Amino acid sequence: MSSETIWCGQSVERVEDAALLTGRGRFIDDLGVKPGTLHAAILRSPHAHATITSIRADAARQMPGVAAILTGPDITANSASLPVGVRAQIECWPIAVDRVRYVGEPVAIAVATSRYVAEDALDLIEVDYETLPPVVDPLAALDNTGSVLHPALGSNLVNERHFRYGDPERAFADAARKISVTIRYPRNSCTPMETYGIVAEYDPGEDAYDVLTNFMGPFSLHSVMARALKVPGNRFRLRTPPDSGGSFGVKQGVFPYVVLMGVAARLCGRPVKWVEDRLEHLAASVSATNRVTTLEAAVDADGRVRALSYDQIEDVGAHIRAPEPATLYRMHGNLTGAYDIRHVAVRNRVVVTNKTPTGLNRGFGGPQVYYALERLMQRIAIELGLDPLDVIRKNLIPSGAFPYRTATGALLDSGDYTKALDLALADGQFDELRKRQEQARAEGRIYGIGLTAAVEPSVSNMGYITTVLTPEERRKAGPKNGAQATATVSLDPLGSVSVHVASAPAGQGHRTVLAQIVADELGLKPSDVRVVAELDTARDAWSIASGNYSSRFAAAVGGAAHLAAGKIKAKLARTAAAQLNVPASEIEFAQGRVRARGNPDNAVSFSRLAAASHWSPGLVPEENQALRETAFWTPPELTPPTENDEINSSLCHGFIFDFCGVEIDRITGAVRIDKYVTMHDCGRILHPGMVEGQVTGGFAHAVGAALYEEFAYGPDGAFLTGTFADYLVPTTTEVPSPVILHLETPSPFTPLGTKGVGEGNCMSTPVCLANAVADALGVESIDLPLTPAKIGALLHGDEKPQRNAKPAPATPAKGGGRALRGQGEAQVAASPEAVWEMLLDADTLASIIPGAHGVQKLSDTHFKADVTLGVGPVTGRYKADIRLSDLVRPKSVTLTGVVTGALGDGRGSGRITLTPNANGTTLSYDYDAEIGGKVASIGGRLLDGAAKMVIRQFFAALARKTGGANKRGFFARLFGGGK
Amino acid sequence: MPRLSADARHRIRFTVNGRVMETEAEPRALLSDVLRHDLALTGTHVGCEHGVCGACTIQIDGVPARSCLTLAVQADGADIRTVEALAPAPGRLSVLQDSFRRHHALQCGFCTAGILMSLDSYLRKHPNPSEGELRDYLGGHLCRCTGYVPIVAAALDAAKRLQEEPAHA
Amino acid sequence: MKPARFDYLRAETLAEAHAALAEDGNDARIIAGGQTLMPMLSMRLARPKVLVDIMHLPQLRKIANSNNAIRVGAAVRQAELLNWPELATAQPLLAAALPWVGHPQTRNRGTICGSAAHADPSAEIPLSLIALGGTVELSSRRKHRSVAAEDFFTGMMSTARSEDEMIEAVTFPAARRGHGYAFNEFGRRHGDFAIVACAAVVTDKETRLAIGGVADRPSVREFGTLDGSALDDALNDFAFDLDARDDLHATARYRRELVRRMGRATIEEARQCRA
Repeated sequence: MSSETIWCGQSVERVEDAALLTGRGRFIDDLGVKPGTLHAAILRSPHAHATITSIRADAARQMPGVAAILTGPDITANSASLPVGVRAQIECWPIAVDRVRYVGEPVAIAVATSRYVAEDALDLIEVDYETLPPVVDPLAALDNTGSVLHPALGSNLVNERHFRYGDPERAFADAARKISVTIRYPRNSCTPMETYGIVAEYDPGEDAYDVLTNFMGPFSLHSVMARALKVPGNRFRLRTPPDSGGSFGVKQGVFPYVVLMGVAARLCGRPVKWVEDRLEHLAASVSATNRVTTLEAAVDADGRVRALSYDQIEDVGAHIRAPEPATLYRMHGNLTGAYDIRHVAVRNRVVVTNKTPTGLNRGFGGPQVYYALERLMQRIAIELGLDPLDVIRKNLIPSGAFPYRTATGALLDSGDYTKALDLALADGQFDELRKRQEQARAEGRIYGIGLTAAVEPSVSNMGYITTVLTPEERRKAGPKNGAQATATVSLDPLGSVSVHVASAPAGQGHRTVLAQIVADELGLKPSDVRVVAELDTARDAWSIASGNYSSRFAAAVGGAAHLAAGKIKAKLARTAAAQLNVPASEIEFAQGRVRARGNPDNAVSFSRLAAASHWSPGLVPEENQALRETAFWTPPELTPPTENDEINSSLCHGFIFDFCGVEIDRITGAVRIDKYVTMHDCGRILHPGMVEGQVTGGFAHAVGAALYEEFAYGPDGAFLTGTFADYLVPTTTEVPSPVILHLETPSPFTPLGTKGVGEGNCMSTPVCLANAVADALGVESIDLPLTPAKIGALLHGDEKPQRNAKPAPATPAKGGGRALRGQGEAQVAASPEAVWEMLLDADTLASIIPGAHGVQKLSDTHFKADVTLGVGPVTGRYKADIRLSDLVRPKSVTLTGVVTGALGDGRGSGRITLTPNANGTTLSYDYDAEIGGKVASIGGRLLDGAAKMVIRQFFAALARKTGGANKRGFFARLFGGGK
Repeated sequence: MPRLSADARHRIRFTVNGRVMETEAEPRALLSDVLRHDLALTGTHVGCEHGVCGACTIQIDGVPARSCLTLAVQADGADIRTVEALAPAPGRLSVLQDSFRRHHALQCGFCTAGILMSLDSYLRKHPNPSEGELRDYLGGHLCRCTGYVPIVAAALDAAKRLQEEPAHA
Repeated sequence: MKPARFDYLRAETLAEAHAALAEDGNDARIIAGGQTLMPMLSMRLARPKVLVDIMHLPQLRKIANSNNAIRVGAAVRQAELLNWPELATAQPLLAAALPWVGHPQTRNRGTICGSAAHADPSAEIPLSLIALGGTVELSSRRKHRSVAAEDFFTGMMSTARSEDEMIEAVTFPAARRGHGYAFNEFGRRHGDFAIVACAAVVTDKETRLAIGGVADRPSVREFGTLDGSALDDALNDFAFDLDARDDLHATARYRRELVRRMGRATIEEARQCRA
């Protein structure tokens, strides 16, 4: 029996669009909730690292409209720890228990009648912290400077593994040249436009949870959530809403919040809804990992790479939260990229730091690997005096070598890399780009060209994460491998077709593409096929691999749908054969009819045939009953890791070759992408328009990662990019249109010959742009993001010095840090003894500390105060704790203050020196301060000025109190020159 | 007008998509929340609640504006238009909406309503924009799915079609 | 991110607005366009007791061009001034600067005077006021006064406005024959905070350059008829005197470089465009 391929390969209009365009989308916050549903808001840590000494929530609990305030003990009493990604005797809770380890970590949950009231309740919760030294840089984590985040581990290095494939030592010993790069890949996230949403319910009668959430999978996390909530899998019903506003891996990370809201629903006795806001999302949803990699190549004189040696330090943030360290191992089979390199040594270290725990993100491990590998390929060319294009070409896996087993174990299904390269160079007009560069340079402009080749894996092998275990550990744990996909095709009494998949789409058009696939198989139009992509674990066919990640849809889910449709078709064909009196092999499905080949009049309508099993099951033999068919597909190629740690980490492998030209503005250092060509071989293309959308979307994410986006942290762990004003997502004016080229080498391993395409440019584009910038500037080393200031520093050279420079003030603050330093002096019309008495008097302090209302003297050297501080409209109440030390009466004293409040916290110390003079006293001070918390996250750029203003207010008040000198002169003296 | 007390809900009245609607809200209630949850107009979405992403863009008194940066009480008496007003009839799409569908200018659709409301207004006043002008204008909208290429293509296509067709529908 | 509670008063007369400010002082906040105030309310960085909405006072909605000055009332939206047909001729500096203020959607609601009241150090409207030597009209129950722009911006998001005062209007000097104006800005993305913004006003005897985004407030300096390396040296002095700071988006060194080079380019542009 046969059918034609009519719909696959066409850019049909999407079925999803009409509703989304007319405002009838059904995202989780668009759906109604049951009457009585409560709303949650989360109080989060303002500190990167601290012990929680107490939480006082009585006032919050008593507020009208508040149902409950939950803290760590409530959660630990009603749930179990989340699993930790490596063998370790530590726990991982979705809320802080005793200790906070990253800015944004949940500390308490308010549940109330509305989100507005819940946030009012948060205002009344008081938390006392004792800060601990933070660890922010992964290299610092290795040194064990600062404290250990998880004392039971004894170290912030939580896992180390070595791997070797082939004979890397020999290859390096014999190498004509050894060339290496060290890269530091920053943190970022794909930040979908819709944030996390959860509606959780608990049924005490059956001890069962029912959770609706825009979770994207993988559904291996279903068992994680069920275990954490201490119920068996069949008492944890997880449902997804019809629409999800983008995920890109990020909505894998909602699962800890599901546990929190589940417990909240249980303790409140009513459903609880939580919609994450954007500030929470940026600080505490997930992040991609940041990584420090040193990658060395053993190279022949002609540029042929013989061996690679990786040293990767992976920073997973504050907790080793599942599925980490998956980011590090997802690409393990693909560490040699698109190249034929047989000898590989790998040293992988995983560290924890006081930053957001990491998780899935578009590209998932690919950007980090390719940044190192493709920077290295450019360096090899430069150091050997070769054309970078030739170096790439020379090392590519040759055509005809596929399926190709990489040194580290991946089986590359299909491809023709050199053909793709040549096609891209020709159709993308690479020669013309080189001429453009020559022309630009002749005109004195700064212009660079970058090249990148990358292999894009898709359809992850669920066993790849066990590569982190040793072979003995794997043997004990039992094998994990495969990537099951499920799809169900069913026929209803009117003979129409429904398809159900466990794919959790978030904009990828699954319902449209699946209709194309099934329509082709059954000889129908896509509008005859209706697809449901919402998932209900209580009712639908699913597996731990369900969900949408690692770009598995086209290959795995589409393939499973094709197979399910094929099963139904076979049954229908046999029934039709009996009815039409021809052999089943002669049956065709076309144009809504089922007919005998060669005799189109000998036919029956599809819908009539399809309904037969409903209306007259007795006339249909049991083996042909065709009500619904479910296909479970798991490809045999996805085997568990071998005894030698070889792992086929993904089923399909696309190929990407990119080249680009960039121009750099000489004054601003801004990078302008002049031309970007991206060649994709993603196997068979089912819907060209959607594939193009995946490429342009991935490209935009990558431009963001390359030029604009970074989750920035201060040296004290303060989170600095807390809003979209500071975490810069590129817009229409920053993202150009890339030239997109295609080659199709179908995969022999998937039912439709398709491969994934969603993540490719996230892997290739950042390093392609970096290579172009490095080429433009002639620099050896450059890290992302390629900001104007960073490039400006390389361009601008030595600074013209200041004429008549004043005596040097403070050492300049470290860039991006929250450390503020300053000094100054004031003339005060009183003797040093009088000034001294004032500084030590509680009443005087009350009148000069800005906004103080009540200073308590706890001892001669210890004061506490409540202060209200404001700059412009931003005001907040703080508790200040001030100590005096190193007293040398009446000459000098050190004042150390800690200020904490809802808006943020600050600590600083200043040395005040009193020197007598003819008119009284010269009061000199120098201070060192740090500011963190919400104000640092949100208003970082304004903080310096605000702090300066507060300090100015203090000394101004002191001067007034003592009848100080002319006010204008005082100000000018304090703050040195300028208006 | 009397001072509206913080602790009470107050009657608010405005015209939404051509119909007068009444509801009650606290002074602090955001217009985005009131439209979505009190008036059941969930087509407008909230992406950041601090005015940067543009997902919540509606039209207030004839011009595009961020509903997350507007209090419902500020909009008392105003003329409001949301994405639900764009389609000419149930089951039909406007030229602009149809162009978006033709060009695959949406994937998850979460940012789309805001962009449509901005473009609906813009194309009435600038019927023949260049690509550069469109990109400049749309710089106030974040999309994470499409990379903007098909959005710009759809907008240019809609502009062309609207010039050929008489009705802006 | 929902605001804390506040009362709301839609002022029907100026007296009502003045009374609220007199009674509640710093616990009252004027809300005009709300584009900068609303995020602060939603993030609970600001917690006023009452918001006073001044957008329905007809006397504040006027743009008046007389006596070589453009007076913009407190309820005039940024888009209204940008679309004012006389703008390009009456004051080309404003015509050049206003498209850099936020995005079209925020300009539709945000007001000119609101931007002045907010006094963000990198904002274009305060910068234009400083560059042109404009004035700010403040009124309260007690009195009505005009403050020169140079005296109005006193520091980081701080102005000379007393807690019982509101801005009634700002006035920009109109363009004069033979004067040249130029505006340039560099930010990470179009519509973002300026990393450095430059506004230059050139007459036959004077060259004024105002810089935003570097010091804690927009700052202006006169350069007379300096040119060549003398101008470079003076610009260098200015760059250092602005006391630039490192922040997330740029280093102090970088900002100084832009002051020197973009500032120079802006001065030359303004000199060239003198009619």
